[in-house]
Amino acid sequence: MTNRPAIQIENCQFRYHPDSDKALLQIAHWQVEKGETVFVYGPSGSGKSTLLNLLAGILLPQQGSIKLDEVTLNQLSNRKRDAFRARHIGMVFQRFNLIPYLTVADNIKLASHFSSHDKPYLQQRSLELMNDLQLDIELLERPASQLSVGQQQRVAIVRALINQPELLIVDEPTSALDSDARDSFVDLLLKQVKVAGATIIFVSHDRSLAQHFSRQLDIQSFMVAGEKHAV
Amino acid sequence: MLFKLAWKSLLARRVSVLLTVLMMTVSIFVLLSVETIRYQAKDSFSKTVSGVDLIVGARTGQVNLLLYSVFHIGVPTNNVSWQSYQEIATNPSVAWSIPISLGDSHRGYRVVGTSTDFFEFFRFGNKQALTFQHGKAFDEHFDAVIGSEVAKQLGYQVDDAIVLAHGIASTSFSKHDDHPFKITGILAPTGTPVDQSVYVSLQGIEAIHFNWQGGVRMPGTATPELADLQPKTITAFMLGLNSRIQTFNLQRQINEYRQEPLQAILPGATLMSLWTMLSSVEQLLLLIASLVLLGALIGMANMLLVSMRERRHELSVLRALGYRPGFLFALLQLEAMLISLAAAFTAFISLQLSMYVLKDWLLQEYGILLTRLSIINEFLFMLPLVLIASFLVALIPAISAYRQGLHQQLNL
Repeated sequence: MTNRPAIQIENCQFRYHPDSDKALLQIAHWQVEKGETVFVYGPSGSGKSTLLNLLAGILLPQQGSIKLDEVTLNQLSNRKRDAFRARHIGMVFQRFNLIPYLTVADNIKLASHFSSHDKPYLQQRSLELMNDLQLDIELLERPASQLSVGQQQRVAIVRALINQPELLIVDEPTSALDSDARDSFVDLLLKQVKVAGATIIFVSHDRSLAQHFSRQLDIQSFMVAGEKHAV
Repeated sequence: MLFKLAWKSLLARRVSVLLTVLMMTVSIFVLLSVETIRYQAKDSFSKTVSGVDLIVGARTGQVNLLLYSVFHIGVPTNNVSWQSYQEIATNPSVAWSIPISLGDSHRGYRVVGTSTDFFEFFRFGNKQALTFQHGKAFDEHFDAVIGSEVAKQLGYQVDDAIVLAHGIASTSFSKHDDHPFKITGILAPTGTPVDQSVYVSLQGIEAIHFNWQGGVRMPGTATPELADLQPKTITAFMLGLNSRIQTFNLQRQINEYRQEPLQAILPGATLMSLWTMLSSVEQLLLLIASLVLLGALIGMANMLLVSMRERRHELSVLRALGYRPGFLFALLQLEAMLISLAAAFTAFISLQLSMYVLKDWLLQEYGILLTRLSIINEFLFMLPLVLIASFLVALIPAISAYRQGLHQQLNL
């Protein structure tokens, strides 16, 4: 079990318009082992988001296969793919992660709703995660819209980790934070990922963060020649 | 989760949601009132008279005769001579007859001169006979029997004295104050124009007009002799026949009556034709009310559609967490449903309240009796229709949310 890769992409091709002959992304072979922390960088519009959407099963490749653990994502039905994402993938975006009119607790419940664990366990786990991410427990009953951006991003991590996902997909989560907060945020995040034993794909255009990660990927290496964008 | 999300998201947009609910409430209120009044009008309408085979009056429109003789609406064009009445009433096929003499009023309520046969033979609703709440039928010339609403509105009791006024306006300057009437009985409520009427004997009518000529009182205080109180004319009369088979036969005889131009109508058939006349108006009202509701529903759909733009992130987050596009569809539909339900119940409650306030007025002015039960029935009939219409219209934003969920990428 431990020797199966967390992510395995083979002969994958993706284009936005199925009838256009030019592919946007072309990945002959890409593999990420379990527990690896991967930093993906590249200029904006270079296909970082596309890669994340492919890994999350929102977009499907026209060719090839994307395997997470032993599951081939692009062979699942829509329903199963959504269910798989709920249970096995945690996601954190740049901003607007939380539903502003729900309380922090309800925002977390949106994810734990899919968990097979019972309520007391989930409650305990969210308290622990809140604590680990240096969030005051009292925030749980506050509407998400009353939190600072930094707090909101940390709550987003709590929510992404609540179902103990094998894969964490994080898209420029620090762009709204100042540089001090940025480093401590990444530190906190990676610590939790390590505790959870999860694999993380972290996308950013800010390469100063790359030092925190075990591995780096230039997204442009996945791009079809001649399609490279200028920064 | 779905319900909580829908509810909280509506609360978060409470101002525009409240306006939408208000808009829907007004339109459902209109639709519900039109339906209720339509149903009630038809119901109390057809219950006004029953068991009367023919109504006879001077030659005029069928509907006109029905309106003034039964509903006390409008003015009779001409009278029927006492002689003709006697002749027809004694026809062997006639079982009973009720004479009607109109033209006076008491504080806005019509005064009907008739005979005691009225209390015995008149039927309303489902062939129900008139009953006395208090007292008994009139006996003397200056006795009067009043309908339940007259008693209630004016606070009259048996043995009170009332003065009749000449003409039918609610404020009349020529009063028959030389001959006050004594109330001998109060009828039980019927929900028909009977409740709004004052009944006196034909002789009483004759006596108070004894010194009158051309609508004004002549000087002098001559007291009429009993023999002089035989009325010379009446306004109309109702007939009950021994056998219904004879109805058409007698109707033809009356319509071809030689001595004076008369007309006999079948109340049921004339009610129907009157209702058919009114039903186009009624259907127009219903159409307008439905269009108002449609407008409000489109307004709601538009509100939800516009909100989708500001909720783009929200829908994206739900997708990232593993919620299916169908969940987004259901979320939008549930929000529409909650708005429609809130509006429907608000409309229902406000209609109940306004009916409670307007009930007396409607009964008095239009003879429409509103019952609580009928509003509830209309509401229960209407609610599913409103919800179905709301579902259909909310398909626009709901499908848009579904498609957004299906195709939109998660890059925020």
